[in-house]
Amino acid sequence: MTSRPVALGRELWRRPGGRAGIVALALLMLIALIGPFVLPSPTAQGDLLTESLLPPGAGHLLGTDQLSRDILSRIVNGLRLSLIIGLVSAFLAVLLGAAVGLIAGTRAGLVDTLLMRTVDALLAIPRLFVLLLVLAVWDRVPLPALVLLLALTGWYGTSRLVRAETVRLRGEDFVRAAEALGAGRLRIALRHLLPNVAAPILVAGTLGVGDVILLEAGLTYLGLGIRPPTPSLGGMVLDSRAVFATAPWTSIFPGLVIVLTVLSVNLVGDALREALDPRSA
Amino acid sequence: MTSLLEVRDLRVSFPARGGRTIHPVDGISFALERGRTLALVGESGCGKSLTGLALLRLVPPPGRIDASSVIRLEGKDMMSFDEEAMRAVRGGRIGMVFQDPMTSLNPVLTAGDQIAEAVRAHRPVSRRDALARAEALLGEVGIADPSRRLGEYPHQLSGGMRQRVMIAIALAAEPEIIIADEPTTALDVTVQAQILELLDRLRQERGMAVLLITHDLGVVAGRADDMCVMYAGQIVERASTRQVFEAPAHPYTRGLFSSVPTITGARERLTPIGGSVPPPTAWPTGCRFGPRCPERFARCDSMPTLRRAAPGHEARCWLAGDEA
Amino acid sequence: MTAPAGTAPLLDVRDLVKHYGARALLGRSAPPVRAVDGVSLTLGRGETLGLVGESGCGKTTVGRTLIRLQEPTSGRALLDGTDIFTLGPDALRAFRRRVQMIFQDPYGSLNPRMTVGDAIAEGMDIHHIGTKPQRRRRVATLLEEVGLDASYASRYPHEFSGGQRQRIGIARALAVEPELIICDEPVSSLDVSVQAQVLNLLSDLQRARRLSYLFIAHDLAVVRQVADRIAVMYLGRIVETGAADRVLSAPRHPYTVALRSAVPEASMTPAAGRIVLSGDPPSPAAPPPGCAFHTRCFHPKRDERCRTERPELRPLGSVQVACHYAESTP
Repeated sequence: MTSRPVALGRELWRRPGGRAGIVALALLMLIALIGPFVLPSPTAQGDLLTESLLPPGAGHLLGTDQLSRDILSRIVNGLRLSLIIGLVSAFLAVLLGAAVGLIAGTRAGLVDTLLMRTVDALLAIPRLFVLLLVLAVWDRVPLPALVLLLALTGWYGTSRLVRAETVRLRGEDFVRAAEALGAGRLRIALRHLLPNVAAPILVAGTLGVGDVILLEAGLTYLGLGIRPPTPSLGGMVLDSRAVFATAPWTSIFPGLVIVLTVLSVNLVGDALREALDPRSA
Repeated sequence: MTSLLEVRDLRVSFPARGGRTIHPVDGISFALERGRTLALVGESGCGKSLTGLALLRLVPPPGRIDASSVIRLEGKDMMSFDEEAMRAVRGGRIGMVFQDPMTSLNPVLTAGDQIAEAVRAHRPVSRRDALARAEALLGEVGIADPSRRLGEYPHQLSGGMRQRVMIAIALAAEPEIIIADEPTTALDVTVQAQILELLDRLRQERGMAVLLITHDLGVVAGRADDMCVMYAGQIVERASTRQVFEAPAHPYTRGLFSSVPTITGARERLTPIGGSVPPPTAWPTGCRFGPRCPERFARCDSMPTLRRAAPGHEARCWLAGDEA
Repeated sequence: MTAPAGTAPLLDVRDLVKHYGARALLGRSAPPVRAVDGVSLTLGRGETLGLVGESGCGKTTVGRTLIRLQEPTSGRALLDGTDIFTLGPDALRAFRRRVQMIFQDPYGSLNPRMTVGDAIAEGMDIHHIGTKPQRRRRVATLLEEVGLDASYASRYPHEFSGGQRQRIGIARALAVEPELIICDEPVSSLDVSVQAQVLNLLSDLQRARRLSYLFIAHDLAVVRQVADRIAVMYLGRIVETGAADRVLSAPRHPYTVALRSAVPEASMTPAAGRIVLSGDPPSPAAPPPGCAFHTRCFHPKRDERCRTERPELRPLGSVQVACHYAESTP
């Protein structure tokens, strides 16, 4: 009897979208992991006169930017940063959302109403707006704070999803059976509810990663978020605005990597959603 | 005198994993006569619902009806009808009543609108006339205060009333044949009786042919003139209802009778049929009931034909009578 | 097999009532739904009481209340003399080992993310019965007892058919060694040939373990197969109760008569005068005054009294009927 993660992996691989997404994501993660060790430093500046704005060629596979820094190594480092931010904040957001959703779903009445109406109110405020506001006021936000901020603004949807699933599950006979056997609330929540809401949580989390990566790139492009000299994909696109006409590769490559990363994350997320659909279970 | 509907060698194919093809309906033949009810009896997975859909060419893709199947409506070959002709048949000549009225009715349209829609799909009448006809139909199917019910939505109606609305929709264009797929399974027993009584009355009044698809032997006993028992895509027994009940000729039919609790007669321990229904991907090459049959013997390794157990009574079993 | 006269019944329910909330919405209050409106019944040791009725009659609510999945509005239920509705937390835990439940839907009654073995052992885990290896062995024994292979313990529910899942549910209920099992429509969702297997299993288990069953169903033929006594419910009330054979062969309440005659009979002997009730059952939120059945009653003696005075269950020969004119029911 194959274990469930293995079976799930196989299901994902079976779907062309899932397969492409997994391969691409794996490749990107590999590059992000190993790259910084084998590539030249992303902040090292070469000779400003002769080595700046070089097109892709020998020595600099993707060329150099205005400050004659190697674009490839900057991309790789920026990618690593984006992935870390994306994965960590999506994980935290899912944790928070699931906790709130479970609590609201298992305790009907006042607690449920309070929590969900708060979520509704928070959802009414656009995420980007909040981020812009905070980041505009808070100069030079440290990385952990940025990650936390992204997490704190991204858990609402998950909580509603989890609450809805929890409420639905509580009406299922197997939960009643557990109650009839004498199971307490905690046991029911952890053994019966949580494992069954894992599926939508997983999907929401995966898609959340893509959202965050895109958000972070956008914020950095706007001058907020990650500040130089830390290489970031969004920052590279920002810096390349001035020279886009003469040296388009300074903008295209980082932009392409952003697109590729988000696309592969979404492909995996979509394939996950399909694979976890009860009709295939 | 040709039968109203003649079905010969009906076969439905579905693609299965590994490039194979399965036939959940595997070469069945029967005929519907005016004014008579034929019951198609079997458990879930035997192919009876699919048969009903196939008669209206409503088999869901990727399933298809094999070209070798013959479906003749008053002598005319329906397999050769184009889509437009089939649309005229659906509802206009053959009406269908589905199992679950809760999901078969459109929740955002009133009962009146849904019946009127069915009327106007087949007759060029104005909306007002169609609604008038709908009201008349509601009365015919035994709904009290029809003018009020016209404007009500499905969720405002009880299960029994919803099923009556479904029947009204099926009757809207005056079809000659009604296919009722488990029409009472989702209903309470007292409501069941009402609905079956209604179908019977309508059949008599209008001289329709009724194909009653069900798993409930009790429903068959009271209401069907003739019956066919289906198992694993095939008809395994065919006769008048009386003949089958008095002397079931196929081991599966006999097994069904002894495994069903009855309300009268001696209260004995039930004798269930051992094993379970095989899925179409795992049908044996010989008699499909063989693995579960208490009377299996060597010859059962080859597929039995429909053999004559008695005049007008056939069974797909080597132990039954002689060749049909 | 009924408990010998003189022995106290295992379960004695008196005037059980469950009304669902009358919420005050913006000043308006909706009438309460009277799901269970004064139900009394008894169940002896080793006996099966069939609780029959159509949808909306409240039988499932009775079952859920008696196992304390829901709290009653009022009433008492004595299990061996102790009222189960007033149990403290410790006593409630102990109660959970004595009364268990089997559910209707085989596809919803097992946690899809839990192995069969874990599901069956959960009761033992909750009540700290036995050590881990002992529980494993017990799970294997239980699986065999319900006719399944012991190796199934490591598999997941989705690998099994409806009939097999029901058996697993039965094994789960048996794991805590209950005395009373409430069977809530246990075979209604199963195929005909599988129904028989599960019904036989339930009978065998009852004999082997001296279990009592409260068998809730809408199918009279199924109930007849398993029940010693039958209680017929209509709109939250019991209208007739007595020995199964008596109630079915000579029903005295008009509703029982109609219910009985509506059952499709799988035989060619013509059904004697089928009675088809007119109209639809009233809603439990608005039960008719007086006798709940009077709006659809066909009794020739139906009169003003039926419209105003609610009949109580009273003995009539060997059965109990709630009808003013039960003596002369056609």
